[in-house]
Amino acid sequence: MSAPDQVGFHAQQHARWHWGEFAFWIAALACAFAFPSRYLIMTDIVRLALFALSLDLILGYAGIVSLGHAAFFGVGAYAAGLLSLHGIIAEPVIALIVAGLAATLLGFATSFLVIRGVDLTRLMVTLGIALLLEALAERFSDITGGTDGLQGIEMQPILGRFGFDMFGKTGLFYSLIVLFLLFLLARRIVHSPFGLSLRAIKNNPLRAAAIGIPVNRRLIAIYTLAAFYAGIAGALFTQTTALASLDVFAFERSADLMLVLVIGGTGYLYGGLIGAVVFRMLQEVFSAITPQYWQFWIGLVLVVIVLVGRARLHRWVLFLPNLVITQFAGRKAAVAVPESEAQGESHG
Amino acid sequence: MTSVLTNLFDGVAYGMLLFVLACGLAVTLGLMNFVNLAHGAFAMAGGYVCAVLVNQYGWPFFAGLPLAFVASAAIGAVLERLLYRHLYTRSHLDQVLFSVGLVFMSVAAVDYIMGSSRIFINLPHALEGQFDVFGVGIGRYRLMIVVICGLLTAGLQLVLARTRFGSRLRAAVDDPRAASGLGINVPQVFAFTFAFGCGLAGLGGALSAEILGLDPYFPLKFMIYFLIVVTVGGASSITGPFLASLLLGIADVAGKYYVPKLGPFVIYTVMIVILLWRPNGLFGRTSAR
Repeated sequence: MSAPDQVGFHAQQHARWHWGEFAFWIAALACAFAFPSRYLIMTDIVRLALFALSLDLILGYAGIVSLGHAAFFGVGAYAAGLLSLHGIIAEPVIALIVAGLAATLLGFATSFLVIRGVDLTRLMVTLGIALLLEALAERFSDITGGTDGLQGIEMQPILGRFGFDMFGKTGLFYSLIVLFLLFLLARRIVHSPFGLSLRAIKNNPLRAAAIGIPVNRRLIAIYTLAAFYAGIAGALFTQTTALASLDVFAFERSADLMLVLVIGGTGYLYGGLIGAVVFRMLQEVFSAITPQYWQFWIGLVLVVIVLVGRARLHRWVLFLPNLVITQFAGRKAAVAVPESEAQGESHG
Repeated sequence: MTSVLTNLFDGVAYGMLLFVLACGLAVTLGLMNFVNLAHGAFAMAGGYVCAVLVNQYGWPFFAGLPLAFVASAAIGAVLERLLYRHLYTRSHLDQVLFSVGLVFMSVAAVDYIMGSSRIFINLPHALEGQFDVFGVGIGRYRLMIVVICGLLTAGLQLVLARTRFGSRLRAAVDDPRAASGLGINVPQVFAFTFAFGCGLAGLGGALSAEILGLDPYFPLKFMIYFLIVVTVGGASSITGPFLASLLLGIADVAGKYYVPKLGPFVIYTVMIVILLWRPNGLFGRTSAR
């Protein structure tokens, strides 16, 4: 077998659905049915998971560090809110897509700013864009409602049939379906040749350019796609909570998002989903201990994670699930690998 | 006309304050290449130390200022030895996460200890009000800030350019390996510089309570300003950040006065444009190290 064939073979092996993944989604669905009293918080987790998935696409696969991902979330949220408030597009699914596309436009426009420069410039530019949008939203308070936010959003039934109920049941299943569909798309993309080229860029942009990968165009594409995902997450936020206020753009939202992704691990798509669950649970526990000051503990978690080392931590966390997976599916099973080792693999 | 000059003076005072607050960050971020988003937390610590000493223990304001410096420098030194030094060689992502974590902790901790409302420091009567110079209103407090910050800036420039420590620091930053080969204790130099920068931030925090407002969200609110000063100013010398903070201060004051509706919009736009035009800052070296 020649070298390219082998690469293709391994890539295909890697892209195959394995046992653990089915288990994950079945467990997610089971949770949705098992805890009818917890619809609201589960919806929150699903939204956060989708948002984290979006950041994972650019951070985990393309290596773009963003401090202002809330910009796209906010644009999606306000777009969905305005569409529904003024009755422009009443049907939630179409409104969701349109809101996502609005964020996509912004993502495409700003991607040209982001691909320039090194890490530090990117951090500043992304942060600046989010702050800029926040300032804009505050300035045009006649459109956005200013600090009060958009009020009086009435959501129409989804596809004209499933109305949003006050317990959030429809909202949860709606969000879960959206998350699953977008996850499928993301999974398809990162395992495609396009996704592999992104990994090459992340590992070594210079080498990637030398073997003929159009680095800038690929980065623009993935950044735009991530903006779409974040916009959808923001639109889901507005649609399921009937609320959009200035804090959708807040720096804390972007920072929390990073924590979510860091807890779950980057670069294997499930990181954002697992991270969202863990993050929300941590938040619950912390606010049970000290209601007002849970941010302190979140900060502590961040500091400890960084000091211990992200890769080392993930090896500990993934030890048990991987043990189970290898027990059931044999030693060659595709186990979840922490970021550092995943990089090592793609080097080899 | 006179209001223009008064605004200009206020802008200069504001800019100088920003410089004292941010110049520690110019060293850590600009020279040592460490993304320390928690710099504002040290400023806040200094401000609160000064406020407690002056308001609760009745210290004179001018005795509180040096104590603010000392307290922040001490916190900075301890954290540098315990935590920061492990992260110098890590990726920017790790540094961002770590310092954001510190910011969250400091915000919640100060909120817990001191309450969430804005606090003021009791000023001596001599610093209140303003006086006229040829019809231009000059605030006494702002004049004091300009004097203190001007002296500090001149002192810093002298220390960096003329003293043995200054040349050691420049050598350690330019090439840590060669510098340690020449017998310079690089970690010590970095630790000292870091602590000194934190101390300056603490002093700035104490001075800024009157102008910027001091509450637990200080580190988050002004983080972007410090970052702008450093990234726009570049880090090759102390003059770059100094000019950048003056520009920022004047632009911000003028913007708030003449076009209050636009708010911080102009500043963010200008920052993004400058970063795209010259990624290493307006006054930075042309190539990154």
